[in-house]
Amino acid sequence: MALDDAATREFKVVGTRPVRPDGVDKVTGRARFGADAYAPGMLHGAILRSPHAHARILRLDTAAAKAAPGVKAVVTRKDFAEGQTGENWNVLENIMADGKVLYDGHAVAAVAATSVFAARDALKRIVVDYEILPHVTDVDEAMTAGAPVIRGGTADNSVPDSMHPNVVRFHENGHGDVAAGFAEADLVLEESFRTEATHQGYIEPHACLAQLGPDGKGELWCCTQGHFVAAKTCASLLGIDASQLRVTASEIGGGFGGKTTVFIEPVALALSRKANRPVKIVMDRTEVFRATGPTSSASMDVKIGMTRDGRITAGEGSFRLQGGAFPGAPMEFTAMCAFAPYNLDNIRASAWDVMCNRPKQAAYRAPGSPMAAFAVESVIDELCNRLGLDPIEVRLKNASREGTRAAFGPRFQRIGLVETLEAAQAHPHYTAPLGPNQGRGVSCGFWFNHAGETAVSLALAEDGTVSLSVGTPDIGGSRASMCQMAAEALGISYDKVRTTVADTATLGYNDVSHGSRVTYASGLATIRAAEDTIEKLCARAAAQWGIDREAVVWEDGCARPSGPNAGDFEPLSLAKIASRMGRTGGPIVGHYEATPEGAGVSFATHLVDAAVDPETGATKVIRYTVVQDAGKAIHPSYVEGQYQGGAAQGIGWALNEEYVYGEDGRLQNPGFLDYRIPVASDLPMIDTVIVEVPNPGHPYGVRGVGETSICPPLAAIANAVSNAAGVRLRELPMSPPRILAALDAAQTDSG
Amino acid sequence: MSMIHVRTTINGDATEFVCDPRETMLDVLRDRLALTGAKEGCGTGDCGACSITLDGQVVCSCLMLAAEAEGTEIRTVEGIAEGEQLHVLQRKFLEHAALQCGICTPGILVASKALLDENPDPTETEIRYWLAGNLCRCTGYDKIIRAVTDAAAEIRETQ
Repeated sequence: MALDDAATREFKVVGTRPVRPDGVDKVTGRARFGADAYAPGMLHGAILRSPHAHARILRLDTAAAKAAPGVKAVVTRKDFAEGQTGENWNVLENIMADGKVLYDGHAVAAVAATSVFAARDALKRIVVDYEILPHVTDVDEAMTAGAPVIRGGTADNSVPDSMHPNVVRFHENGHGDVAAGFAEADLVLEESFRTEATHQGYIEPHACLAQLGPDGKGELWCCTQGHFVAAKTCASLLGIDASQLRVTASEIGGGFGGKTTVFIEPVALALSRKANRPVKIVMDRTEVFRATGPTSSASMDVKIGMTRDGRITAGEGSFRLQGGAFPGAPMEFTAMCAFAPYNLDNIRASAWDVMCNRPKQAAYRAPGSPMAAFAVESVIDELCNRLGLDPIEVRLKNASREGTRAAFGPRFQRIGLVETLEAAQAHPHYTAPLGPNQGRGVSCGFWFNHAGETAVSLALAEDGTVSLSVGTPDIGGSRASMCQMAAEALGISYDKVRTTVADTATLGYNDVSHGSRVTYASGLATIRAAEDTIEKLCARAAAQWGIDREAVVWEDGCARPSGPNAGDFEPLSLAKIASRMGRTGGPIVGHYEATPEGAGVSFATHLVDAAVDPETGATKVIRYTVVQDAGKAIHPSYVEGQYQGGAAQGIGWALNEEYVYGEDGRLQNPGFLDYRIPVASDLPMIDTVIVEVPNPGHPYGVRGVGETSICPPLAAIANAVSNAAGVRLRELPMSPPRILAALDAAQTDSG
Repeated sequence: MSMIHVRTTINGDATEFVCDPRETMLDVLRDRLALTGAKEGCGTGDCGACSITLDGQVVCSCLMLAAEAEGTEIRTVEGIAEGEQLHVLQRKFLEHAALQCGICTPGILVASKALLDENPDPTETEIRYWLAGNLCRCTGYDKIIRAVTDAAAEIRETQ
């Protein structure tokens, strides 16, 4: 798909900052999120969860619960369809255990009753006898001989036979000769890094309202990043036809990747089918932490060689990620993203997917990439320090550019990494003086971006307004940017378009709102659907004028004769053609269905100043600047919002957030008090610079922006903290005790 | 368990309800009174998404038993706008794009309004500490702070 004319085009609506169409609903409390739906006759569901990290279920007796007051249905694993394979089997096993519980919080049974209290009381009457098994929650321990086996036979054929059965997938990529590259270097550093699992921390717990009848016809309302995928998965797990289950996406109170799969939805449907009444399930926060999909934890070794003048001669990385008790840790992304910002002749990256007794990981904003950047960018920073080189100059010297061959194969098309580095270098932040105990950190970051299956429909109303239906849930203001792109393409004003997230019965299949794909893919589809509409509008004008279709052009929202030879006709506006469409051939609807190719990759450079208190080990982020390539910012305010939000999540990951497991394998901090995400008083204002190097794969040049913003912060903050403290921090989160321990160790070494 | 009969005032309207003694004010607002603007993000008073005012004080409605509402005056996000007239904070949140997903917005608006009612000229630090009990995971707070600051300026100008 060619870049239409993004570089030269003068946009009228794109690039402005209109109020979002769902805005008033969201500031008045009217917007309906997952838990805001109610149905006549509705029951409340609750789920019994394992208190053990790893145990065999010897007996599961639900008789007393079934007999409890108000209880209308109890379900266990046998109430779901058999014969699941592949990822559907993993999802089913994750949402309801069968014979063995695999992590603290794993579901074993569920109840639907006439009130939340009745449902919770009934859970206490379910008897489960467990045989507790040895468990493992640490990625390195899980790989060592003698570690408890979580599920033998899971490994695919990429894994050497000699590996522990918990190692289930292996990936490697690279090119050149790393040994020769290291031999060329003046300094080679090899260091090890660890990151803990973090949670997306969306403020809205998972919630759904399900109705499934004995006729196999169902309705599901849920907060999800992908209602089409939810429909497909739930139908399979329930053994019903996908088209008989209509799924409506509610407003979604944050997802960040964590709502790309299902947890409670199939359970609510199973309960509803059994009770033949609607069932609502709302997770509490503890359940969200224990039993949804946090990110992987990682253990990594990175080796980089550099010449005295700052040329990187080789990079090598080994990345071990655990993704809970199932295959799927995004380790191949870690290995692919690790060296992506740099144009290196010699790269080797290896990665292992390891199972542990933890919840099944889910995507979290650029899954796998932030930890890679943490390790690689920390080593580069240390090399710069030891060789006395400027960290931005070194990155510019080695930066990937158009034509650079990535370690994972392809050559980059037009990319904006150099532009982000130059903008960061020119930003006043980079040269501002630092105070005592303060340090500055720089990091680059990379994310692929995704396109995915996409369908949209664009219908005209008789009054000349436009109803745009998309299938990608709006997770950050995308209805505004869709309205802008439709208005731009049609030549009408923003307020003439209304964008709706259509349900699964109304539109063709759409992939999940993930991979930073929505503004790119649904945006491209919207523009193409608008062009399809214009085609039809021009045909109506041509018919009215009695001239050839080819003699009509669309300009500024009107059909016009293409030139003097086409004839002398007054322009026909969209509104004018629409007002007569009932008499000129019927409804006018444009549409587009495809899997576009050309989601341009995206790079960012972040600058951070941090102050470290040597007495307490506490860190304060005092200045933060995000520079990122957006290709083209459709609604700059929401692009800035993505930059700021990614940076804030990265700050939490770097400094505070972590899954803490006890010796017993139970999660110790399943609440916002002990799993501490950044609050307003923790953060400074977050400055943003939008770089626009158009993506040749989108008509207006758009690149996804949602995920890249979380790639650099872990490393940027680690570099700032290390430079402030005078000691290298290689383990996240950089909590005060960990920083104090590093300071003490450094003092002991030098003393 | 027998139910409790409660008389209260919500957003200026005299309101009566019956509730289970275990029900929180948030449960009753949402499940009995159809005021679903207040959200449950945690149920433990850590996230502030359920913020309401009780006799003028910001409270987490998830930490308050509904029975405690007897004889009090409660305000929720649904009571911030006056008819079709949005409150200045609501307008500024829209102008500044101070929300992304919007789940924290009701609580943050309730808390911000309580701040500006008390202090129409807060510093950035005062706003940040006042809102430290309201978690937002999307925005990094930057645009929220700008919106509240701008709303305060407009309130001062029009007073």
